[in-house]
Amino acid sequence: MSPANQPLVIAGRIFRSRLILGTGKFSSPEAMRDALAVSGAEMVTVALRRADLTGRKDPFANILEYLDPEKYLLLPNTSGAMDADEAVRLARLAAAAGLPKWVKLEIHPDPRYLLPDPVETFRAAERLVQEGFVVLPYINADPVLAKRLQDAGCATVMPLGSPIGSNRGLQTRDQLRIILEQATVPVVVDAGLGAPSHAAEAMELGADAVLVNTAIAVSHDPNRMAVAFKQAVEAGRAAYEAGLAAAQDTASATSPLTAFLD
Amino acid sequence: MSFVSEFNALPLTSLVKRSREVGSAAVRESLMKSSPTLTDFAHLISPAGADFLETLGRRSQQLTQQRFGKVIRLFAPLYLSNECINNCKYCGFSRDNPILRVTLGVDEVLREARALAEAGFRNVLLVAGEHPRFVSNHYLRDCVAALHAEIPSVSLEVGPMETADYRPLVAAGADGLVVYQETYDRAVYSEMHTAGPKRNFDWRLETPERAYAAGFRRIGIGALYGLADWQYEALCVAAHAEYLLRNCWKAYLTISLPRLRPCAGEFEPLTHVSDRELVQLVCAFRILFPDVGLVLSTREPAKLRDGLIPLGITLMSAGSHTEPGGYTGAGKEHLHQTVRGRIVQTGSSEWATNGDGRHATGQFDIADQRPAGEVAEHIRRLGYEPVWKDWDAALTA
Repeated sequence: MSPANQPLVIAGRIFRSRLILGTGKFSSPEAMRDALAVSGAEMVTVALRRADLTGRKDPFANILEYLDPEKYLLLPNTSGAMDADEAVRLARLAAAAGLPKWVKLEIHPDPRYLLPDPVETFRAAERLVQEGFVVLPYINADPVLAKRLQDAGCATVMPLGSPIGSNRGLQTRDQLRIILEQATVPVVVDAGLGAPSHAAEAMELGADAVLVNTAIAVSHDPNRMAVAFKQAVEAGRAAYEAGLAAAQDTASATSPLTAFLD
Repeated sequence: MSFVSEFNALPLTSLVKRSREVGSAAVRESLMKSSPTLTDFAHLISPAGADFLETLGRRSQQLTQQRFGKVIRLFAPLYLSNECINNCKYCGFSRDNPILRVTLGVDEVLREARALAEAGFRNVLLVAGEHPRFVSNHYLRDCVAALHAEIPSVSLEVGPMETADYRPLVAAGADGLVVYQETYDRAVYSEMHTAGPKRNFDWRLETPERAYAAGFRRIGIGALYGLADWQYEALCVAAHAEYLLRNCWKAYLTISLPRLRPCAGEFEPLTHVSDRELVQLVCAFRILFPDVGLVLSTREPAKLRDGLIPLGITLMSAGSHTEPGGYTGAGKEHLHQTVRGRIVQTGSSEWATNGDGRHATGQFDIADQRPAGEVAEHIRRLGYEPVWKDWDAALTA
């Protein structure tokens, strides 16, 4: 039997799965629920603007009813917020509505590329940490910003691989390497992972987890794609823990030329 | 620099000529591009492009699902008033049309909104004719404030205003503003708009910029197809959208594609866009703008709307009424006619040229009369999730 990968620990909570899933873009809430189930994910993120935060159990905004809080840590996200004030307001509302006091902090004022605003994200993170939230900020792959957010008390940093929904993989690879090398909190690569190979690559680099949504949600067969990502994340992590051999440009003989000296 | 200067400098004549004359090789080349330009758009909407309709559809579908997922957002128009000081030849609300008019009180607006909320809507577009006496800025602000407490997303389609006049509406909780240029052809515009402040083409053209400056988060633009050459209009809308994406970068942009419908005044469309051409246009807009919302109203018949769902549309109205009070009968006890800005009690329906005399007159006839729930069910059957709530009032508090 192969040894299990090490668990992921965020803010003292243990997760066996290193795959975090988004809940948008699915063709139905049932399709979403099924894909989550087979993915093995233990943490899922939900856009607060899609959910009912009034406590009225709105049947026309009932996404939360498809997410079993016993099975998943529900990670509310602040998608739609354009600045720190809005993000903080949404996070507080979510907590008041009984959702976990965790927040995936997303502030992207540009609705086209959905790139995160570093200034507003940092401001909101500081305030939310002070208020006792477990803060997981979505950021561009900026190593200095990642350090500043760690110093501010964020539970993770979530740098993007490429813009949300772009399926372009790890376009920010070199910056991600620096973030991973310097990290003192778990690093979750979020956004742009369009294929299981992208997720495996992120894990092989040393990412602690990945977050995937579009690639699974819009697949012709979301369940099979969810399983493919699950396997890729596990394989990538296992390879990282086993220790990947360094790549090099030239061939390396398996029978060393200097063996006669031994 | 406002869009007016940019619009005046656009090489529209050559772009339209290109879109009429281009051959299939150029269309094929434009279809291959990962970042198409306005010239490529001209190719995609050309008669030669019509031969590639299936390819356009597949590309549009893939881009839409990638960016928006397998979801269709739903909204409903809520007409506040059909009073208007403008005369627009194609519009049922024109001031000289002898129609039954009414402006709903704020409590009546709330009743209408609650009926829509009951049907599922969490995104409502408040529509009103342009008449400062009946539809004042204060009145609009009061309507928005009343609805904001109950409806997560409130947008407006009302007479253009100055930036300073928009700000109180944003502060009251409105998140979107829709303004159609109607036609981007100055000569046709002048011919169609015979009286009222709407005659000012440039003022209307700059409205989205003023709305953005005032803080609106969602901005909707479009042309009314049936007035001028449709390829010309589409090229202008595309150029306008490009400008807004560059300059109003924090706003979420939507483009609507309304075709003229029968209305009071019995205006006959001057030009025609066929169903196939409308589909071509939807796909071309999607390919040029993968991230822009594309809106389809109940002006179009059910069959065409259903067909367009997997082809690039992201936002649809459903179960709509285009007359004030249409959802609850609110306001029917003070129906009247308006002559030169004065209310005239008709006492009978003999003046009303359009309608049954018991309801205010609608702006135009709707073609897809299915109730919202039925539309939602059909969206589900097509493999898409109907999304009612995609905004939280906390974002605009």
